[in-house]
Amino acid sequence: MADVNITVDGKAVKTPAGTLLIEACKSVGIEVPSFCYYPNLSLQGACRMCLVKVEKMPKLQTACTTVVAEGMIVTTDSDEIRQARKGMVELLLGNHPLDCPVCDAGGECELQDMTFSYGAAESKYIEPKNHREEQQWSPVVFFDRPRCILCYRCVRVCNEGMDVAALGVQNRGVSSIIAPNNEDHLECEECGMCIDICPVGALTSGSYRYKTRPWEMNHVGTVCTHCGDGCKTTLGVRRADTGMEIVRGDNRDKSGINNDFLCIKGRYAFDFANHQDRLTQPLIRKNGQLTPATWEEAFELIGKKFSAIREKDGGQAIGVIGSNHTTNEENYLLQKFARVVLGSNNIDHHRTADFPAFAAALRGRANATASMRDVYNAPAVLLIGNDPTEKHPLLAWQIRSNVRLHRSRLYVVNSQPIKLRRQAAGFQLIPAGAEGAFAAFLAGEDAALASLGGSKDGWTALRDKLKTEENLVIVFGSELREGDITALVKFGSAVPGAKFLALADYANSRGAADMGLYPDLLPGYLPVAEAGKFHQEWGGIPSAPGLSLPEMAESAKAGKLKALYVVGANPIARFGIDPFVFSKSFVVVQDMFLTETAVIADVVLPAANAYEKSGSVTNTSGDLQLVKKAGEVTGTKGDFEMIVRIADAMGFDVRQLVPFGRGTRADMGQTRGAQSGEADRHAVWLEANGLELKMSPFDPMAILDEIQRLVPGYNISRLALLSGNDQQTNFAASGPAVAQKPELIVPAADGLFRSGTLGRYSHTLHSVMENKDRQPSEEVAAD
Amino acid sequence: MKFSEEFEKRFADMLTHYPTKRSCLVPTLLYAQDEAGYLSDEVIAELAGRLELTELDVRNVISYYSMLTTKPRGQYNVQVCTNIACMLRGGEELLEHCKKKLGIGHKGTTPDGQFSLEEVECIGACSWAPAVQVNYDFHENLTVEKMDKVLAGYQEKK
Repeated sequence: MADVNITVDGKAVKTPAGTLLIEACKSVGIEVPSFCYYPNLSLQGACRMCLVKVEKMPKLQTACTTVVAEGMIVTTDSDEIRQARKGMVELLLGNHPLDCPVCDAGGECELQDMTFSYGAAESKYIEPKNHREEQQWSPVVFFDRPRCILCYRCVRVCNEGMDVAALGVQNRGVSSIIAPNNEDHLECEECGMCIDICPVGALTSGSYRYKTRPWEMNHVGTVCTHCGDGCKTTLGVRRADTGMEIVRGDNRDKSGINNDFLCIKGRYAFDFANHQDRLTQPLIRKNGQLTPATWEEAFELIGKKFSAIREKDGGQAIGVIGSNHTTNEENYLLQKFARVVLGSNNIDHHRTADFPAFAAALRGRANATASMRDVYNAPAVLLIGNDPTEKHPLLAWQIRSNVRLHRSRLYVVNSQPIKLRRQAAGFQLIPAGAEGAFAAFLAGEDAALASLGGSKDGWTALRDKLKTEENLVIVFGSELREGDITALVKFGSAVPGAKFLALADYANSRGAADMGLYPDLLPGYLPVAEAGKFHQEWGGIPSAPGLSLPEMAESAKAGKLKALYVVGANPIARFGIDPFVFSKSFVVVQDMFLTETAVIADVVLPAANAYEKSGSVTNTSGDLQLVKKAGEVTGTKGDFEMIVRIADAMGFDVRQLVPFGRGTRADMGQTRGAQSGEADRHAVWLEANGLELKMSPFDPMAILDEIQRLVPGYNISRLALLSGNDQQTNFAASGPAVAQKPELIVPAADGLFRSGTLGRYSHTLHSVMENKDRQPSEEVAAD
Repeated sequence: MKFSEEFEKRFADMLTHYPTKRSCLVPTLLYAQDEAGYLSDEVIAELAGRLELTELDVRNVISYYSMLTTKPRGQYNVQVCTNIACMLRGGEELLEHCKKKLGIGHKGTTPDGQFSLEEVECIGACSWAPAVQVNYDFHENLTVEKMDKVLAGYQEKK
């Protein structure tokens, strides 16, 4: 749209026509206060805080609902305006309890800030304040009516943002009240968006309330470790007896791909880290019992055993199972450890999507993978399979927001009437398992129609419609594998600018696949059988494909697999493997808890989780992000350090494993005094170019250097990554992958409140699920 | 949930008057209340379903309007205005009289279910204050004596 020229407080401002005055002011750094206005939500005009003077208009105008017009002359601060805003604050405080000293929001409350700014400490009101007792609406949502200032942000975010509509407003005027949808409690997705968006302390979180104050915490920006979407989250941590305890998760700074969105898991389910069952010392099996031991004892034993087996039976007698939750650096290091130190290609992980087929299909295509940001901006989205509302809450949020704010066209093809159909321009129900047939039909195979059901004309119309879309983002679940993906990519190549997104279930499923946790694939989906750069870099690594996860179990049963090294995985429970098959093998498990796999181990090493370490993770759409250490539980170690220590205990030169210690000293300039800025400048430049000293073999950044150098698609801007941005990786130079066994892909079958891996140790998720189970869905007559 | 044929006819007609279904909500609620006496949970669920709204949406609207009620009322709802014009001309005395006469307070209902009493804001009959509205009928220029006659008239009607 054409630009409009206006003047704000004497500053000339040029802004696109249609911009709201409040946003135009913001664009030149002038803050107009508001409670009810919230970007990307519908306009309310309820709080009257954003009143400004517009010349030639008789009264003060609300900047949040006024659209800029050519030649507008605006004043945002004057005695008249301050008086008006002060009056508004005074009215808001009329019934507000002013219990700031005990309120959760104290210290980060917008009403507090406004009261400080405009001062309305003295009130003319002498009437008693309206009071109501606080209410608990769900295990995680509490409502304190008197603190509410009726800005309706919560109602709008629940209706428009979440499409849940669990909150409404009842009554009128001064007796208006925010009400939950089920009389006295909420029936909703428990995302907690209403709590985060509340400008005051009216809505508070069950897991955080009355625990601490904002200024008593450190705030660490990292990445959520639950599903594969990779939301940025800011964890509030504070010192506890056991180290650093995580007490809060939110994303109020709107950093990252998720803006301010988080689901229930991201917002509350960090509490698995504080579970009382966390392992805090190594355990060694002595006389049949897992007995506490020292780290030295444990590493020495593992080093001795692994070395002996490697010498006697060769690397093929050792199996390694990696994790979907560990960082890229740990995954890369683990497979390098397996191949270089153990001399074994027996490495696998719990696969939840067919990334090798996806990488092979997209090989040689630049800009063919869609990032999470693309899903928010694309003019059209095709979703095949999966239920993002339950399994990929951020993806669902991006799609909903895109449809709502950009009028994107969404096409859904699913075997269930999933919730996202409500946003869809077209929804097609297909029989379960027919997703592949749909992909084949798109690629031009009309015979596939037989398994789709419905009318031929309808399907052809859909295909023709999709072909006319530009920059279509095609999102598909793990229902599509192997040839289905090839067919889909073939169809996509006919759509100009089409991009693809494959859905996998865990926080670093994509990273585990990209980093080569496959028996037959190296990092970047390079076949291990073909001599390439990894063979050159690492020297003699075995070129015969190793054993997959079920094959390792078979091999152990046959007595051939003498040792199993499990890092952050639970194959016994996940794949239903008989635990006794490993009774003759030497089993080492690194985990947070005594899982079904850990109980059969000979050595259990207590591991830190993704909130307690540094490194990088790749979400399901290939966005690479840094994770930062927030929490800490004394007595645990990161998986990275443990892998290095095991290699060291095996007598391996760890310099061959981790490229650390390049150079011995650097002149960093003065660290104190007048020239101290020099040191910072040096450090920033070195860090940005990946050249800062890696002083320790436990520094994951040293491995990130190697990943960026060797893994195709990971050569992204280090500086942008360090600034906390997401960076898109790609498959253009990956592969060629070899044919995978699609039956090894086992979807996690997680829901919005359930995640088998971490969720089982989250008190909050449990309390929400129990609460849902307890509520009868229908009233039953008394007799 | 069954409504009368007349209601159904009105409802079907109303749907054609507005661009969206939800716009029909307020008049529909009023018609439904006239028919059922009050807006029961059953009525709310039915109308929410018909207009593709959540029950919470419907409740929000009902709670906003004082003329809509979710609780049963008497057969005749006596609404006494005590707004400025009526107040100056004896509206409050009228209200007190009705309270005594019917033995109920604001928003109360007589045990026989015949009368409900309500103190209301301006009903737009200031020129003929003090005024009282009983269901949809207006009674104007009232005095205590005239009020007795009005009530007696309804009592006879049953």
